[in-house]
Amino acid sequence: MTRYALRRLLMTLPVLLGLSVIVFMIMSLIPGDPAMAILGSYATPENLARLRADLGLDLPLPQQYLVWLGNIVQGDLGRSFTLNRPVLDEVMERFSATLILAGTSLVICTLVGVAAGIISAIRQYGWADRIITLLVLVGISVPAFWLGMLMIMLFAVELRWFPVSGMYSIYGGGGLTDLLRHLALPSIALAVVAAGVIARLTRSNMLEVMRQDYIRTARAKGLDESRVVLRHAFKVALVNLIPVIGVQAGFVIGGAVYIETVFQWPGIGRMLVNAISTRDILLVQGGVLVVAASYVLFNLCADLLQHWLDPRIKA
Amino acid sequence: MKAFIESLARNRLAAFGAIVLLLLVLLALITPWLPLADPDITFPANRLHPPLSEGNLLGTDALGRDILSRLLWGLRVSLAVGIAASLVAALIGSLIGIVSGYFGGRTDNILMRGIDMLMAFPYILLALAIVAVLGPGLMNALYAIAIVNIPFFARNIRGVTVGIAHREFIDAARLSGKGDLRILASEILPNVLPVIVITLSTTVGWMILETAGLSFLGLGAQPPQADLGSMLGEGRRMMINAPHVAMLPGLVIFILVMSINLLGDGVRDALDPRLKSGALSRPAPMTRIRRRLTGKHQDDAGTSPASALLTVDDLHTDFEMGRDIYRAVNGVSFTIHSNECLGLVGESGSGKSVTALSLLGLVASPPGVITGGRIEMDGRDLLGLSAREMRRIRGKDVAYVFQDPLSTLHPLIRVGDQLVEAIRLHQPLSRGAARELAVTLLGQVRIPNPQRRAEQYPHQLSGGMRQRVGIAMALANDPRLIVADEPTTALDVTVQAQALALIQRLREDKGTAVLFITHDFGVVSQVCDRVAVMYAGRIVEVGYTADILDAPRHPYTRRLIDCVPRLGEPDNEPTAIPGLPPAANALPEGCAFADRCDLAEAACRHGEIELIATDAGRQVRCIKPLGLPVHARAGVAP
Repeated sequence: MTRYALRRLLMTLPVLLGLSVIVFMIMSLIPGDPAMAILGSYATPENLARLRADLGLDLPLPQQYLVWLGNIVQGDLGRSFTLNRPVLDEVMERFSATLILAGTSLVICTLVGVAAGIISAIRQYGWADRIITLLVLVGISVPAFWLGMLMIMLFAVELRWFPVSGMYSIYGGGGLTDLLRHLALPSIALAVVAAGVIARLTRSNMLEVMRQDYIRTARAKGLDESRVVLRHAFKVALVNLIPVIGVQAGFVIGGAVYIETVFQWPGIGRMLVNAISTRDILLVQGGVLVVAASYVLFNLCADLLQHWLDPRIKA
Repeated sequence: MKAFIESLARNRLAAFGAIVLLLLVLLALITPWLPLADPDITFPANRLHPPLSEGNLLGTDALGRDILSRLLWGLRVSLAVGIAASLVAALIGSLIGIVSGYFGGRTDNILMRGIDMLMAFPYILLALAIVAVLGPGLMNALYAIAIVNIPFFARNIRGVTVGIAHREFIDAARLSGKGDLRILASEILPNVLPVIVITLSTTVGWMILETAGLSFLGLGAQPPQADLGSMLGEGRRMMINAPHVAMLPGLVIFILVMSINLLGDGVRDALDPRLKSGALSRPAPMTRIRRRLTGKHQDDAGTSPASALLTVDDLHTDFEMGRDIYRAVNGVSFTIHSNECLGLVGESGSGKSVTALSLLGLVASPPGVITGGRIEMDGRDLLGLSAREMRRIRGKDVAYVFQDPLSTLHPLIRVGDQLVEAIRLHQPLSRGAARELAVTLLGQVRIPNPQRRAEQYPHQLSGGMRQRVGIAMALANDPRLIVADEPTTALDVTVQAQALALIQRLREDKGTAVLFITHDFGVVSQVCDRVAVMYAGRIVEVGYTADILDAPRHPYTRRLIDCVPRLGEPDNEPTAIPGLPPAANALPEGCAFADRCDLAEAACRHGEIELIATDAGRQVRCIKPLGLPVHARAGVAP
């Protein structure tokens, strides 16, 4: 296991390097003078000169990349000219807000999706299966941003159960209860699509596993159906589902961009959208790099977890 | 193609989706000719009229523009952009996939590493990064969404292409001097097209949703141009005062995407052959029983010999695949006595395993259905039991040993725990006591170091050892009957001999009856007291093993015996039986073996051929049994 983990970790390095190349290209692909593009309306001659020197723009492209990479490794993602603060500080602050939202969503969509998928598989072609199949279809077809607005209008404006937007109340806010109240609507809105996808894949995976020979063995022992499904079949399906959940994490983080905009959540998605509109390229670069790298690491963890749960691969 | 459309039309949801989608597309196409207000003319005096106001059926937005008109024009834009993005992604992605899969090697490696790179990004984030490079705008949003969807196509198509690229017809085309380009166009493309269509139909809705999303964020369509997403984004600001401005475009996106997804699922199902074969449905806990025929010896069911442990009478098990009915077991009757080993012999597909699995309702259902007969044990008909009653017999009175222990033991549960589970299901033992018993059982089947082996997973054991675990599991509750379904077929010869010796010894020690299923008469001669030969779902000959080996009466039995190589008789080469058994969904009239039989005559192909008693304890289903004087035959003809 340790050897596998090390090997897998080593295999992640080229992926991270590739990511950094793509993110670096974002800057170099922008037509015209990158320094000008990065600074936009802040492009005073002094600023331009400083940035050019910082980025080594007079150097050939590969060398520029190395300079840039060197800075990143030292934790220097540059400075946001629209916010006038280091990109890393801003990104970390925003990303932690996104992680709270997306993490909660991922838990919700996994629990709901897996449960719905199992029920659907057990009751295949029955009423519960049909209703879940229909709900799944609605879930993966509904625009998350629209659903978020519907939820605000119903649960926040009409029923006043939850606050309309934001992460904490402005007055007398703070604390876990306040956070949870603010978290409820956006995390559910964000979980809907992924829950649908997970439910679908859980269902088909369970059906696949239920046809295996060892399930027949379990039945031949005299095991009752609930234990056949939950202990024997689900054990295998769960291992198969871990990479699916890993992929869904990417969709949840992506979907957070919309939900954060709708619910005014101070996360990294909203930061990126603003940064794109104001052409704050260094901020975009830093944000994309940090989120993408975390996603790669998350999938690495999912992969290791799967190997740990599946003894067949350890050998 | 016709079959595809028919199957699509039969799927009511997909048909509904297709109709809604068609309506929306039609509406979008004829929008320029509809009597609508100009979508871009502002009229501040009329701002935020609610729906159903005069002159504005669906009301107006913040600038007094007619919402109905804007919806229809926006739908046009959204549809066009979504479809264009899908086509671009499909084209480029499929091209990468085909090239990568067909050429393989280095090309494949480089292309796929690139695709992996794209997939390392969270989906929408990559689209955002691309828009950041290109700048906000509808076309740029289109490119961004197309690019992030390329990997889905590339991966799917590559997978299929790799599967096709090494098939014979591709080699044939290459040998006939066709160039790569022509092979790709004429041989590969037609074969991967269904996969492209499936991928396309399942991603179009998603891509429309994502382009709308980018517009919603203000990164797609820029004013005055509007698609459904940007209308929703504008409406968000007056969500509380005038909810209809945002709600209506959202609703249209939802209906549009939903109709596409309904249709897409239908397309996928129609093109997926697994759905029809029932390979995607879950087998029920017990085989479905729908007895059309009750045992034909119904009245003398009570007269079955008192010593019989299990009596099977006229068992019928069918597989229902669509409109086809395969008669896997077609009227099988036999008895097993306590402490007896009955062999059930036949080629693969003869129905022997299905017979064995039918005993405790373990035939996968769907597609399996038990359509007739009785299975009697202790004066009870097993086919009439409830699921709960059946569970008490499974693993307790009757236990199974299956063929391939690698696929029949649970891969993720330690073998000791699998044994403990079997024990505790039927015996009131504590976990610790069950554990001890499990280790003892492993020792009894001669697994060295059972304590340690119990902690291991099936994949850590050798094939022979795994089968011993299977046998130990069957023995766990001292069953009265063990059904061994080709328990030695997956093992090599020396291990096979050990496993047989083990079963033999356990029979002697515990007096368990065994139903032994095999295709190998060599194995039968070692372990079985009596043997029943099956062909095409029926028993064609039954009798004491020594008698049958000595003088087979059915031509099929003789051919099976001839298949066994004999030690010390090098001239006696085993001969395979020419031809194939008849398809179980199209059984011929008369004797099912007639087509492969040297001795067949016209009478063999007519009417029902009954099992007839020949010698003591011996029956054969043949109108001219081997080695019998002619008068014996004449007497028993039906």
